[in-house]
Amino acid sequence: MTTTSWRRLWLVVLVGLIAVWLLLPATVVLPMSLNATSRLSIWPEERSFDLYREFFADPEWTNALIRSFRTAAIVSVLATVLGTAAALGIVRGFRRGAGIVNAVILAPIIVPVVVAAVASYLVYLRWGLVGTPLALIVAHTCLAIPYVVVTVLASLRGVNPRLESAARSLGSSPAGAVWHVTLPLIRGGVIVGAFLAFMQSFDEVVVSVFLASRRGRTLPVQMYSSLIEDIDATVAVASSVILVLSIVLVLLVGVSRLANARGQSGTP
Amino acid sequence: MPWTGRLGWKLLVLPAVAWIAVFFLFPVGSIMLRSVTEFSPPETGGLDNYRWFFDTPANVTVLSRTLWVSGYVTLLCLLLGYPYAYFMTLTRGWVRLLLLSAVIIPLTTSPLVRTYAWLGLLSDNGPVVGVLDRIGLGRPELLGNSVGVTVGMMHIAFPMMVLPLYAALLRVDRRLLRAAESLGAPPRTAFFRVYLPLSAPGILAGAVLVSVLSLGFYLTPALLGSPQQTLMAPLIVTQVRQVLAWGHGGAMAFVLFVLTLALLGIGALGSRGILRRGSAARVEDE
Repeated sequence: MTTTSWRRLWLVVLVGLIAVWLLLPATVVLPMSLNATSRLSIWPEERSFDLYREFFADPEWTNALIRSFRTAAIVSVLATVLGTAAALGIVRGFRRGAGIVNAVILAPIIVPVVVAAVASYLVYLRWGLVGTPLALIVAHTCLAIPYVVVTVLASLRGVNPRLESAARSLGSSPAGAVWHVTLPLIRGGVIVGAFLAFMQSFDEVVVSVFLASRRGRTLPVQMYSSLIEDIDATVAVASSVILVLSIVLVLLVGVSRLANARGQSGTP
Repeated sequence: MPWTGRLGWKLLVLPAVAWIAVFFLFPVGSIMLRSVTEFSPPETGGLDNYRWFFDTPANVTVLSRTLWVSGYVTLLCLLLGYPYAYFMTLTRGWVRLLLLSAVIIPLTTSPLVRTYAWLGLLSDNGPVVGVLDRIGLGRPELLGNSVGVTVGMMHIAFPMMVLPLYAALLRVDRRLLRAAESLGAPPRTAFFRVYLPLSAPGILAGAVLVSVLSLGFYLTPALLGSPQQTLMAPLIVTQVRQVLAWGHGGAMAFVLFVLTLALLGIGALGSRGILRRGSAARVEDE
């Protein structure tokens, strides 16, 4: 073998190992949840759905799951509306980069999440928000807005502003032009933004640990507490539920993007 | 009609900016303000909370450990991420799709779920220890020390390195490599003198993202590490939750925030430098 092909082989092996390492955690979660013994194991010898029965029979877990869903859905709607409006404003309202606006909107992903958690705990406590569902919604929305703005901005860059002017010259109001012309064109970006906002809230742990009351825990908070307190095997089921949900959502978004791309392939 | 001008568009930014200002920036500002307004008994005022932080050897150890961990996680991610991203640009079709999915799937999986999976994978009777034992490396402890924390952190940070690298490497014209080799450069020289400098923007972007992310790690050290090896983020939580020393917590939050801004600043300056050198090279060529 020549040196080049040896080098290529070495690269293939390294890349293969990295890919296995990347995919390993996601693949072991489902088998872990089928454990029938009390020992933490990634390939249990005895398998059953007992843990699933336990999970769905325990109101602490099921309520946490429902609460996570509700919070993430509300956050997704709020962040998508606020973020899409902000992205439109940034692109159309500011001739050169909107420095301060960008800094404010990106702040939630720049500030370390622990600082955000401790800070919102301090202030929300004074406002009487800590322990209420509203605290989680308000804080998660802050964390989700940047993701919506970034994705919508990216798809807005590909839209020709003259299309809006054309609609205006044909008698459409400015709002009408945005609603009927621009928004349909950036639909893909808005959908991805809404998905990212949903996941941002659904997966959020650190801020939620501080803001949720014992009876108001979301699924990740419940998982985190049971990992810290008494590694409860039901955590494996919670992990699987979150994993399957993310996969389903990714597939849904992927399918909608594909459908979108096919629908738009006729337009230049 | 106010809605037709730029002002109308500018107003669209307002709700999101106000939301973040009230519910995010105000709290973050408040906690940092606490570092100069609230003091635990032995201290009296001024910058005593910062003096406390930098005068306590244990805190300085945690700070330097945090910087060290952030540095080597970034370096390891770069060392593994560069060949990975490079290989991705050589492939196409389903191989490239597979390699890209391997990066995206962890990104869409909750960090908590992944950390839990590592708890199972790295446990004493887990498969990783089993494999190491079979190939004759003994049965090392992988949890509760820096090994587990590094593996867990790298797994979270790796996509942030590979994605910007991959985007940058895709843009590098591979014909330049062949040109260099046809002019007599050995492949190694062609790589280091031509390919690597052209990929610098991607390296910088990835390194800044990963190092900023690694400074703030909380879940991974809390679940996979040991309390003796704590980092800045868990330490802030301890000061605030257990000691109720808001002034101390505020001072540490400020230190962490300044470090984050410094890294972002280095990134911005670096990318400007790269751009300037790039345009200078182009002028030389002409």
